[in-house]
Amino acid sequence: MKKYKVIKTYQEINDKIRQGKAVVVTAEEMIDVVERHGDVEAARRVDVVTTGTFSPMCSSGAFLNFGHTSPKIRASKVWLNDVPAYGGIAAVDCYIGAGEVVEGDPLNSVYPGEFNYGGGHVIQDLVAGNVIRLRAEGYGTDCYPARKYERTITLQDFRDATLFNPRNAYQNYNCAVNASDRIIYTYMGMLRPRMANVAYATAGQLSPLFNDPCYRTIGIGTRIFLGGAQGFVAWPGTQHNPNVPRGKNGVPKEGAGAIATIGNLKEMSPEWLVGASILGYGVSLYVGIGIPIPILNEEMARYTAVKDEDIFAQIYDYGMDYPKGVSKSLGETNYKELRSGTVVLNGKEIPAAPLSSYLKALEIAAILKEWIERGDFLLGEPQQLLPSVSE
Amino acid sequence: MYSKKVVIHYPAESSEKPIIYELVKRYDLMLNILKARIFPRREGILVLDLSGNRENFDDGIRYLKSLGLGVEPLSKSVSQNTEKCIHCGACTGVCPTGALSLDRESWRVVFDPELCNGCAVCVSACPVRAMEVDLL
Repeated sequence: MKKYKVIKTYQEINDKIRQGKAVVVTAEEMIDVVERHGDVEAARRVDVVTTGTFSPMCSSGAFLNFGHTSPKIRASKVWLNDVPAYGGIAAVDCYIGAGEVVEGDPLNSVYPGEFNYGGGHVIQDLVAGNVIRLRAEGYGTDCYPARKYERTITLQDFRDATLFNPRNAYQNYNCAVNASDRIIYTYMGMLRPRMANVAYATAGQLSPLFNDPCYRTIGIGTRIFLGGAQGFVAWPGTQHNPNVPRGKNGVPKEGAGAIATIGNLKEMSPEWLVGASILGYGVSLYVGIGIPIPILNEEMARYTAVKDEDIFAQIYDYGMDYPKGVSKSLGETNYKELRSGTVVLNGKEIPAAPLSSYLKALEIAAILKEWIERGDFLLGEPQQLLPSVSE
Repeated sequence: MYSKKVVIHYPAESSEKPIIYELVKRYDLMLNILKARIFPRREGILVLDLSGNRENFDDGIRYLKSLGLGVEPLSKSVSQNTEKCIHCGACTGVCPTGALSLDRESWRVVFDPELCNGCAVCVSACPVRAMEVDLL
C-alpha cells in the first residue's frame, strides 16, 4: 500500500462541492498548478480536474421506446427518417446506431460515397427537437396484431430515450498516414498518397482517460458530462485493453482503455451530439464527453498534470498495413508535435490535422468546471473501477 | 500589379465567345484558370486568378459585365458556415492552398478566402458539411 501525503475521499470532495467551496481546474490549468507548486501542494489545493473530448465516436447509439400503439405492434423492423434501427428487442423498443446509413444511400458505389445521412444525424435531429418519421413493421401475433405503424415523432414524444454508447473516449488513438500511391478515404478522413498528410484524433492533454491513465478513479458509476447533460460511465468500453505499452508516466502509447457511457437523451443537446459524414467511409456521431477527475492524492495530481509532449501515439499506414490487419507502427509521435500541425516521420515533415475538436474539448472542460463550482454536479463514486494494468 | 480570384458565370448564349483571348489581347491581363465548366450552349462557370495593372483589370471586368456575364470575387462563392463548424480541423489536412487553417491560439478553424482557389475538396471532407461552395 502506497503512502500518500494527501488523502481525500469522494465524500469530502462532494461536501465541498455542495458548499460551493470545491477548487476545480481544467486539465490544461492543472499543468501549471503542478509545475508551480509540485504535486503534493497541488493535491492539497485542487479538488477536481475537469477534462473534455469531442470526437467522432462510431460506437454510439440510443435505445428508444416509442410507447405502445393501438392496436399493438411487435415492431421487428424500425426506421427513423428511413435509417434502420435495430428492432430485435421488445415490442416497441429499438436501438438506433450512430453508424447506420440511411436506406437507399448509394454507399461507395459512387466512390467516394458522401454518406450524407445516418443514425448519428437522426440522434442529432432528435436532440435538436426536429420531427422524425418513425416507421415500424411487425409480423403480427395474437397479442401484437398490427403489422404496420407510421407516425411523425419528436424526442419528447418517445416514452424513453437513452443514449448508450458501447465504446467512447478511447484513451489513445492511431495516427493515420497513407503510404500507397493512390488517395484513400478512411474513417480518419481523406489520406493523400505517399504520406502527404497525417490524421489524428483525441484531445491530448485534455482527453479524459489520459488524465487518469491507470483508471484509479474512473469506473462504473462515474458521473460525466455526456452530450451536454449529466451521464454515467456504465462499463468498460468494448475493446478496453489496459495491457499495452505505457510510458513511465503510465500513459499508454497506443489505443488502450475505453468507456461505455449512458445518459438520458432527452436532456442532451445538438451542440454536443453532432452527426458526421465521413467521405468514402460512412456516418458517425461526434460525442462530447467530459470526466471530472477527483484529486484524491498527489498521485492523481501528477496524473492530471500530464502534458502533450509526454503523451505518445503510433503512426500507422492505412494504405496497406491497416486494412490487412498488420499493426506495424511506422513511427512514434507525441501530441505536442501533432497539435503543432507538423509531424516528422523518417526525417520527412508531414502536415498533421485532427478529427477531434480541441476547441470543443476546452469548452466541455470549462462547462464541467462551472457545473461543479456551482454545486450542480457531484462526483459519482465508482462502484467498481475499470480493469487496470495487471500488476 | 493587381490580382484577384474571380468567378465568371456564363449564360448559355455566351458560352462560345472567346473571352479569355480578349482578356489577354485587349486588356493585357495575366490569368490562371483554376476551374472551368463550360459546355456548348449551356450555362457555365470559370474561376480565374486574374492579374494586371489596376486600370486594365477594371476595364477587363467591365468588358465581361458588358457581355452579360456574372462576375464575382471567388471569396463570395466559398464560405464557412460558422453555425455548423465544430472546429475539428479535418479540412485543414486536405485544403491544398492553406486557406483553411487551425488557429493555434484559439483552436478555431479559420477560413481565408483570399487563399482559396475554389477546388471544393473541403466540402465533402468536412464531416459536418460546414463548408459551402457555390460554383454550380
